[in-house]
This record gives sequence, C-alpha cells and structure tokens, in this order.
Amino acid sequence: MRTFGAKRGFAPWADPNPRALLRIEAVSKGFGGVAAVDHLSLDIFEGEFFALLGPSGCGKTTLLRSIAGFERPDTGRIVLDGVDLAPVPPYRRPVNMMFQSYALFPHLNIEANIAFGLKQEGLPRREIGQRVADMLAMLKLENLGRRKPHQLSGGQRQRVALARSLVKRPRLLLLDEPLAALDKKLRGETQFELMELQRRLGLTFVIVTHDQSEAMTLADRIAVMDRGRLMQVAPPAEIYERPNSRWVADFIGEVNLFEGRLSDDGASVEGTVAGRLRAAAKVDAEPGAQVWAAVRPEKIAIAREPPTSGDDNSIAATVVDIGYLGDMSVYKLRIAGGTQMKAAIANIGRPTGEVAGFDEEVWLTWSPDATIVLTR
Amino acid sequence: MKRQRGESFWGMLVVRIPYAWLLAFFLIPFLIVLKMSLSQTAIAQPPYTPVLDLAAGWHGIAAFFSALSFDNYVLLGSDPLYLLSYLKSVEIAAFSTLILLLIGYPIAYAIARTPRRWHAVLVVLTVLPFWTSLLIRIYAWMNILERDGPLNKVLVALGLVSKPPAWLATDTATYIGIIYSYLPFMVLPLYAILEKMDETLLEAAADLGCRRWRAFWRVTFPLSASGVLAGALLCFIPIVGEFVIPDLLGGSQSPMIGQTIWTEFFGNKDWPAASAVAVVLVCVLVTPILFYQHQAMRMARRD
Repeated sequence: MRTFGAKRGFAPWADPNPRALLRIEAVSKGFGGVAAVDHLSLDIFEGEFFALLGPSGCGKTTLLRSIAGFERPDTGRIVLDGVDLAPVPPYRRPVNMMFQSYALFPHLNIEANIAFGLKQEGLPRREIGQRVADMLAMLKLENLGRRKPHQLSGGQRQRVALARSLVKRPRLLLLDEPLAALDKKLRGETQFELMELQRRLGLTFVIVTHDQSEAMTLADRIAVMDRGRLMQVAPPAEIYERPNSRWVADFIGEVNLFEGRLSDDGASVEGTVAGRLRAAAKVDAEPGAQVWAAVRPEKIAIAREPPTSGDDNSIAATVVDIGYLGDMSVYKLRIAGGTQMKAAIANIGRPTGEVAGFDEEVWLTWSPDATIVLTR
Repeated sequence: MKRQRGESFWGMLVVRIPYAWLLAFFLIPFLIVLKMSLSQTAIAQPPYTPVLDLAAGWHGIAAFFSALSFDNYVLLGSDPLYLLSYLKSVEIAAFSTLILLLIGYPIAYAIARTPRRWHAVLVVLTVLPFWTSLLIRIYAWMNILERDGPLNKVLVALGLVSKPPAWLATDTATYIGIIYSYLPFMVLPLYAILEKMDETLLEAAADLGCRRWRAFWRVTFPLSASGVLAGALLCFIPIVGEFVIPDLLGGSQSPMIGQTIWTEFFGNKDWPAASAVAVVLVCVLVTPILFYQHQAMRMARRD
C-alpha cells in the first residue's frame, strides 16, 4: 500500500531495503530558543522529485539551508551518499541551490553567471564553454548569454538561476520557492518544464514551497511540515486521499470534518452532527475512541431528492451560498444544528443553471470510500 | 502631459539654484584666477597688472587684453620646483588614497556586517572627529608626534626604539595626518555601498564552490567598485591640494602644491604665478579625473 499514489511507477521508498541518497537523521535546529526544525528524520531517494510543503515559518527553508550547509544543525546528522555532511563546508558539498531571489551576480553577464561554478572547479576553458552553451540551449537562453541579469524578464532570470545551479551536475538540487516570483500562468508552464527537466537529467530535486498545487504537480513525494515537524510524508495522491491527521487534511485542499466516536465494527463514525457516517476501511483504533470523519467537498453530490440506495452517507442541507469559479461551483451549505459544510460541483454540462438554488433544501450524498476517518 | 506655468517656473528655479551657486562661487572665481594667471606681478594694489579699467572705454579693454600673456606658464615649465611640487602632491595623494582604501575598506565592511541596530552608532563614531576643527586635531597630532611626545614615550617604553625618532617635519607625519583626517571620506561611501549588498549573493557564491576569500574578490569587491571609486576620488582630489596638514606636520624641503601656491601668494606676493600654479592643478589633474569619473558613472548606469 506504500506505493499508493506514486507517479510513473517510481516508488523506491516502498522497497523493503531502501537505499536513500540523502538521509536526514533526527535533525534539530533552533533560533533563539524556538525550534525551527524539531527532531526531524527523512529519507530522499536518487531520482526523486521531493517537495517540502508547509505554511511559512514551518522550518522547511531552514531544513533546505541545512542541507546546503548555510545552517548548522544543533543535533542530528545529514548524510549524503553515505557521507556525513556536518564537516563539509557549503562550497565543497555536491549539492546546489536555486535561491528564491535567484541571487544572480548583477555584475556578470548570463554566461559568466552560469560559468561561475564551473570556474571554481578549475575546469578547462573549452569544457566550461561547452557546458555553458549546452545549458543555455537546454533552457532556451541561447541569445541572452551576453546580457546582464537586470536586462532579462523574471521568467528568463528564473531559467538562468536554474541553469547556474544545474550546470555543476549536483547530486542534489535544492530549490527554494523557485517559482514564487513568477506570475500565475508562467508558473504553471514552468512547473511542467521543471518536471521534464528533472526526468530528462535524472537528477534528484528537493523543492521548498508553500503552494500546495505546486507541490502536488511537481513532486513524487511531499513532506508536509508544521512547526519544525513532519506531519506526513507520502505521494501527492496519498496525502490528499489519505491524510493522516486533521491538520494535513485541512492544510491540503478543503475538507469537511465531523467529530464523533468510532463504532464497534471500526468502520464508521457515530454521534456526529450528521449522524452515523460510514467509511470503507476499518480504522486501527479502540471502538468508542474520539475520531473525525473527513470528506472532501468535490466528493459530495447534491440532489433535490433523497437518495434511494442505503449504502451512501446522506444528509439534508440548505444552500447558503454559491461561489461560481468557472470550472466548478462551490456550495456553502447548512445542516441540522447549524453546522456549515462545503460541496464542490464540477460544471460539466452546459450552463443551463445550477444544481440547486439559494435557500433550497437539498440532499448531500457521498460514498463510504470518500469518508476518511482520522484519529488525530 | 500638461504642465502649468507656475509649477514649471518654480520647478526650473529649484533645478537652477545649484547651477547658479556653482556659477557664482566656483566658475566666476575660477575665471578671476585664470585672468590673474595671465597677468604680470606688480608692486601695486592689487599686486598685478593689467587691471580692467572700464572707464577707459574700448581702448581700455583692448589694452587690457593685449597686456595678458602666458609668461607665468612659461615660468612653471622653466623651474623644476613646480614640477617636483606637482609630482610630490600626486605621490602623496596616490599613496595616501591607497592606504586609506586598505584601512577604510575593512572598517566599512565591518560596519556593514554588524547587526543593523549598531550601524547608526558606528557611522556617527566614524564622523565624530569632524566635531572638532581640523586645525585643532592637527595641532594635537603635532603634540603626539613631538620628539618627547606620547608616541615616542610609548615606543621607548615598549623598547621598540632605543632613541626617540623625529616624526615631525617628515613625510611620515604628513601621511599620518592625511590618513587620519580623510578616513571618514573613504569609509562613508564604501559603507553606503557595502550596506546595500545582498548577502544571498555570497551564499550563492559559496554554493557554487567559492571559498569566502575568493567570493569576496569575485563578488563583493567588484560590486563595491563604484564605492571604491567614489571614496578614492573624494580623498585623492582634496589631498592633492592639501595645505594645512603638510604645512604643519611635514617637511619644507619638498613642498606639496598647496604649499607652493601659499608661498607664491603670501611669501613672494606673486599672485599671477600662484594663480598659474592653481589653474594648471585644476586643468591637468582635477578636470581629467572628474571627466573620467563622469564617464565611469555613465557606463555603470547604462549596464
């Protein structure tokens, strides 16, 4: 089950004897008594596109900077290819970073920026020239080599920053919010280019982002972080479909939560404001324990008539508000007891009107499959 | 865009006030000095001829211009004293500027790298000496550098010298005085540019395999070049014309150009010769430097 949601059949973490490229072992790092990274352990595998996702201040950037060598962990080890990185200064780590601000050298032209890292290695001029030219071609920057960074657009600068960190062929490429400075449309295009590039080069990427759709699009696995701790590490689909806690369920996407007690058979939640809610799978917890039933808005169907089949969860509700988003409409609903819910309906048909109007009495149904039972 | 008359009038006035200032207090005096340098010395009041006599009408003006000559400039070429004096000034200014850069850069760098809340305090400390008159500070140095002054006492007490050396009336004393006095002029422009430096650039350099020292030379120093240029010019140009410091601390055997001008003016009462020395200083030394700086700044802006 650990390969659930893995893209492109790539799931080295599901291997019974995994050999990690990067091992983070119980790393802690505090600033002025506050733990930015708190006793965190994590394995990242060769060829993986790994995302560190979390709200600002969750410690994701501190973790990334610790891997690059700009922060020294207070405790714990960071091991790359079996080598403890602690005594290795940033300039000798086989790791490169793409900075959020890009940090291009303003006094050097694009070619010189990209060649900077290769010159430090003392490579022959011809090889440097060749590798810089290859990189310019790969990132479609051929005609911009002689320009200075400030003469480029934001998207072009982003590519130069990427080229500069890729040209050294790092064992691990760290990307700190690499697309944050781009406008929305360009960001979407660049995400796919980034994925393609990573697959073509077969490199290992670790990206830091606060944008969940970016993490979902790009990553093979996502580590969701909060206050210096890992909340869940899993492929995007697993994070979304099987969050392990209310916090993750709520952080990734929208969710309706119902507090209740676990039934004796372990497969439904009793005593919620919506009554008894059935789930598909058994939950590993004591019957009667406090649990939460979670359901994503888009898994809920809205109908004017009560359902006929008895298996699905269903409850009566009143439409409070409708948000039309184009591709879908978001319904705000009120159920008995005044609790608010959200349901999202894809606008598949022609615009012939809404499924239900304001203040209308409707029935909400969703299958037991769509009900996630959370124990924390 | 439509602009109202009144606005444009006041706008133009604000722009022109600095130019009017430069015209009245720099260009016109310079033209007077230029005219003086083309005159002949005389025992009179003012001590040179010709004097423009507008009352004599057109003849007066014609006579005035026909009396002007380049004799003083010929004199500058014929007596090596002047050339040596220029060279001495350039030598002292060049070495002082270099030493100032070597001392000032680390100071500016250190201020820029301390936590931001200390910056204001450190900058004020840098300019604190300006709160005392330059003359008083130089007199203080005369005291310090005396044969039985504090410096020699310390040196003897530490056993660094057996016999107290003479500091005053040497080039060393001139250098000490100049470097002490001009240090803030070097530190401030450098601080201004280093303080704005983006530290992630150094992280990027380290990330790309650059050690700290190398990153300094490849990234920090090139990016601070305009500050280095500004600081160097701010020191070099006034040091070339410096008079008080070499006169009070330095020797008299090879005077700097400021001392030469002073001697011509007040010692020899030869205003025209003194003016010629000053004009050559401005035209040969200062103007080309300022022109070069102007070009360099324009290049920097265009980049």
